[in-house]
Amino acid sequence: MSADISITVVDREGTEHEFSVPTDMDLNLMEVCKGFELPVEGICGGMAMCASCQVYVVTDEHFGERNDDEEAMLDEAYFVEENSRLGCQIPITPELDGIKVVLAPEAP
Amino acid sequence: MIKTDIIIIGAGPVGLFAIFEAGLMKLRCHLIDAIPQPGGQLAEIYPKKPIYDIPGYPSVLAGELVDKLMEQAAPFKPGFTLGERADSIQKQEDGTFIVTTSKGTQHHAPVVMIAGGLGSFEPRKPLISNIADFEDKGVRYIVKDPDQFEGKDMVISGGGDSALDWAIYFAEKGSFVHLVHRSDRFRAHKDSVARAYELAANGKMQLHTFGEVIELEGNDELESVVIHTKEEKTTVKTDLWFPLFGLSPKLGPIGDWGLEIEKNAIVVDTFDYQTNLPGVFAIGDVNTYPGKLKLILCGFHEATLAVQTAYKIINPDKKFTLKYTTVQGVQGFEQEQPKQTVTS
Repeated sequence: MSADISITVVDREGTEHEFSVPTDMDLNLMEVCKGFELPVEGICGGMAMCASCQVYVVTDEHFGERNDDEEAMLDEAYFVEENSRLGCQIPITPELDGIKVVLAPEAP
Repeated sequence: MIKTDIIIIGAGPVGLFAIFEAGLMKLRCHLIDAIPQPGGQLAEIYPKKPIYDIPGYPSVLAGELVDKLMEQAAPFKPGFTLGERADSIQKQEDGTFIVTTSKGTQHHAPVVMIAGGLGSFEPRKPLISNIADFEDKGVRYIVKDPDQFEGKDMVISGGGDSALDWAIYFAEKGSFVHLVHRSDRFRAHKDSVARAYELAANGKMQLHTFGEVIELEGNDELESVVIHTKEEKTTVKTDLWFPLFGLSPKLGPIGDWGLEIEKNAIVVDTFDYQTNLPGVFAIGDVNTYPGKLKLILCGFHEATLAVQTAYKIINPDKKFTLKYTTVQGVQGFEQEQPKQTVTS
């Protein structure tokens, strides 16, 4: 079993939540947020089709790379910034240890 | 007025399967859906995605599953009101319900089943403060009756198939089209993207990549839009702007029906998936209960149990014994559902 990693999520009120998350359960960041009962809807279930799990990645080194579906969704989503990613497209891997993200505002 | 046994709101997989289960108990169904075709999100969002957790199907495309469910429901001759959103529900003195759509179509039945999934799909509207002032006065989220716009100059925003297809359509019909997109990658079909660049090269279209419409101007009607790109701000005189940013689901008016709502979902009793309003059920992704899983297969189960209580409401004096389809086969209805006019 691999070691858990640390993930910090800043909610929409500005409160920081630090979680210890396993890397061997095929989780993604959207699922982690839902699992810890943060207000992330994940309406489409992780298909990069709703942007309700949009986050801003604060720690640059953890930004990774957007995939095509994600880029396309972000082109149509609200409140998109340079460091926007969709939580559902960020798999939880050991490299993410120490990542900090801020939840994007809810779509109107 | 359309009369039936069960009004099903939402023509997604769970609503469609409810027709079959209700049909086995000789109950008629009529479905209402805001989208013009049946299938719900399977047809609207991911028709080409494979689903792997339908029992008996190691893999089935979402669109294919919808076709199969329609085929399975067909013997029970369901009615459909499509392209209309269920807006209001009124309980009658005799305990039956009248459900009225956005277009005023009325449906009357003793039982209502809400199989609304994520809600109704509504256009994603850009965040411009005065956009509501120009809705239907130059700003249109859906291209309806395209004939009336042919040859008119216009601005279209978006990078998906819908935006590209309409931009090409109108440019080919003699319109000058400003196509505004937030990046330079288009999600649309490759051929459409190539065609758009070709039309731009021929002076029939102007592409504003990395662009966004940020302001709307006009008195009563839209007169111009301000397009912001990386380099510049351009004001384009136009009385027609189509922001085509896809659809996003909203629970919508159902949220105001007096149903108990928790986290955007309708609370039900797992005995029969009835809501706090007797006679109104909620099945599939739209409901919630302890242990709820948003899976199509769970929705099928919920629909099956819900119609048992529906039967008792509709036939209070009759007993029903479960019959297996292997023994009985499927006895469909011979006749279409008669359209009755109720005067009250």
